[in-house]
Amino acid sequence: MELKTVATPHVPVRYLEGGSGEPLVFLHGAGGVTADDPFLAKLAENFHVYAPMLPGYGDSEECNELRDMLDITLHYWDVVEALGLKDPIIVGQSMGGMIAAEMAAIAPHDVTRLGLICPAGLWLDDHPIVDMFSALPYEMPALLFHDAEAGAAMLTAGRNVEDPGFLQTYLVQNARQLGMAGRILFPIPDRGLAQRMYRIKAKTILVWGDSDKLIPPVYAQEFKRRITGAQLVSIPEAGHMVAVEKTKETVAAIQRLV
Amino acid sequence: MKFTWFNLMPWPYLPDDFREKNRSVWVDIDQELFDPERSHAVYNTYMDLLEYAGTIGFDGIGVNEHHQNGYGIMPSPNIIAAGLARRTKDAAIVVLGNSIALYNPPVRVAEEFAMLDCISGGRLVAGFPVGTSMDTNYCYGQIPSLTREKYQEAHDLIIKAWTTRKPFAFNGRYNKLRHVNIWPRPIQQPHPPIHIPGGGSVETYDFCIDNTYSYSYLSFSGYIRAKALMQGYWDRVAERNAPDASPYRAGFAQTICVAETDEEAERLYAPHVNYFYNRCLHVYPGFADAPGYRTIKTIQTGALSQYAPPRGGYTQLTWKDLIEGGHVIAGSPETVRQRMEELIKSLNVGNIFCLMHVGDMPADKCMYSTKLFAEKVMPKLRNMFPDFADDDRFWCKPMAKRVTAGSLPSEREAALVGAQG
Repeated sequence: MELKTVATPHVPVRYLEGGSGEPLVFLHGAGGVTADDPFLAKLAENFHVYAPMLPGYGDSEECNELRDMLDITLHYWDVVEALGLKDPIIVGQSMGGMIAAEMAAIAPHDVTRLGLICPAGLWLDDHPIVDMFSALPYEMPALLFHDAEAGAAMLTAGRNVEDPGFLQTYLVQNARQLGMAGRILFPIPDRGLAQRMYRIKAKTILVWGDSDKLIPPVYAQEFKRRITGAQLVSIPEAGHMVAVEKTKETVAAIQRLV
Repeated sequence: MKFTWFNLMPWPYLPDDFREKNRSVWVDIDQELFDPERSHAVYNTYMDLLEYAGTIGFDGIGVNEHHQNGYGIMPSPNIIAAGLARRTKDAAIVVLGNSIALYNPPVRVAEEFAMLDCISGGRLVAGFPVGTSMDTNYCYGQIPSLTREKYQEAHDLIIKAWTTRKPFAFNGRYNKLRHVNIWPRPIQQPHPPIHIPGGGSVETYDFCIDNTYSYSYLSFSGYIRAKALMQGYWDRVAERNAPDASPYRAGFAQTICVAETDEEAERLYAPHVNYFYNRCLHVYPGFADAPGYRTIKTIQTGALSQYAPPRGGYTQLTWKDLIEGGHVIAGSPETVRQRMEELIKSLNVGNIFCLMHVGDMPADKCMYSTKLFAEKVMPKLRNMFPDFADDDRFWCKPMAKRVTAGSLPSEREAALVGAQG
């Protein structure tokens, strides 16, 4: 994957690009996306992948003008246009899935294929989603992965927690990334998607890990119920990071959109 | 010098095993630990203590705002301040403050502070904190990375409401108000003095300097650890070419306990200090600093959250450690005087917020310590800054002739009204 920049009306956007095939725009989750992401690499075997970063993620410029769900949804449509794409496959994971669903609801004639990987965006009082923002770093692997131990190793790989500069770098990155994510996810990741979902016309594939502890699978049923004709692919032995834990299966599910 | 006697209003009945059995004193503290019937006495005693401090020479009595918090049972400081305004005569009513981003619309603060200023005869000192992340983000649900923008707008709206003499429209991002026209308005002109509690944000330094507001550092870790932060502020005062470095541009909160001797101070107050540091400050670290609440610039200065405990946590700190580290200033009047002088000089602060009710301290001990401080310490610290003795920009200016609460005519006099008709 190659890291590039594209100009949009509000802010220059950093994006990863690679592979060949049908154009596919991938919207990352609150954790962000990097060039060595195994899921993107696998997707790129079959698709021409574009993975734009939300402003503030990675090394991208922040953008104070994007404050709410509508701002961010329209921003991503600006990105699609700036990349010169027409009706690309849109795939989003977690927070990215929430944005992808909003994009499909707000412009139902511009997106005909939609992949939602354990998307955020709904709230069920009987199944409250964990407050990710107050979770401590050591609590994250168990929330994100089916195999917490392997997940922990993955999250800490390449990080020297003994380095005195580490904490500050970590706090700055969190402030930039999760500060931005918080505009649509804090304190409850519901910005009214439920009342707009009836507008989605795209062929939709939902992918969910059976042991997702962050957004439990009961939400998969709710998304399926609210999007006409949506197909659900449930993947065993996978948590919220299903695309990382079960990369092959997740990509296979996305390929059903073609 | 301006000395304000402050009461955080801690819940005094947190159990001995509070730390072990609970993850946080704040945000998700156990409902079962609050007893409304016991709170009746707690609230009234705490208000009595504030009123008492107002009669023995303190310049001000202070209250603040916290939510869902076991060491601060004062979600609405204005309710307490209203009671104090009625029952005190001369002391400034220091409300430090209202977390203005949380009031919807923030003209509510302009109105309530105006009411307090009018009822007290111009004795209000107003505070506008951004609010801690626990209060603002985790309890009141404000989006962390938009909190400061919302705060800024609330500030602009309140000041405009206080100083504009005609109805106006306010088209903010967070507040759409077609007819702003507060009624009443404050006695003090152009508005009551404003103190801004901060925790090391460079943006807050600049905000205070540019608006001639007093910057207060409300820390529980004492004056020695505050040195770097306050120096950062004074450096900024110089960098931005403020016309002066008046010590009244700054304030500091300090836990203080006075007894006849150093030994007596330890014997009397150590259990309550321990209660405060080990139970009241037991905050779940996940609530201390929501991502986006502090700005990148502030994080890069290396300032940790003011709720970050010292290395190893407070449990490791003995009375001696707390005294030597300056977390707590305690001892005989002479010991306390020396340490206070060191504090005032090293931080260059003219406003001291004296935290003299500590943890589960009972009223009698609190009065004892308070009286010793007022009589044997405070007078010796009065003239620390003779060059700035006339600087009244950061303190209230009460009306010269004020009424006394409870001065109704007698019922007999009232009865005469009918007879005259």
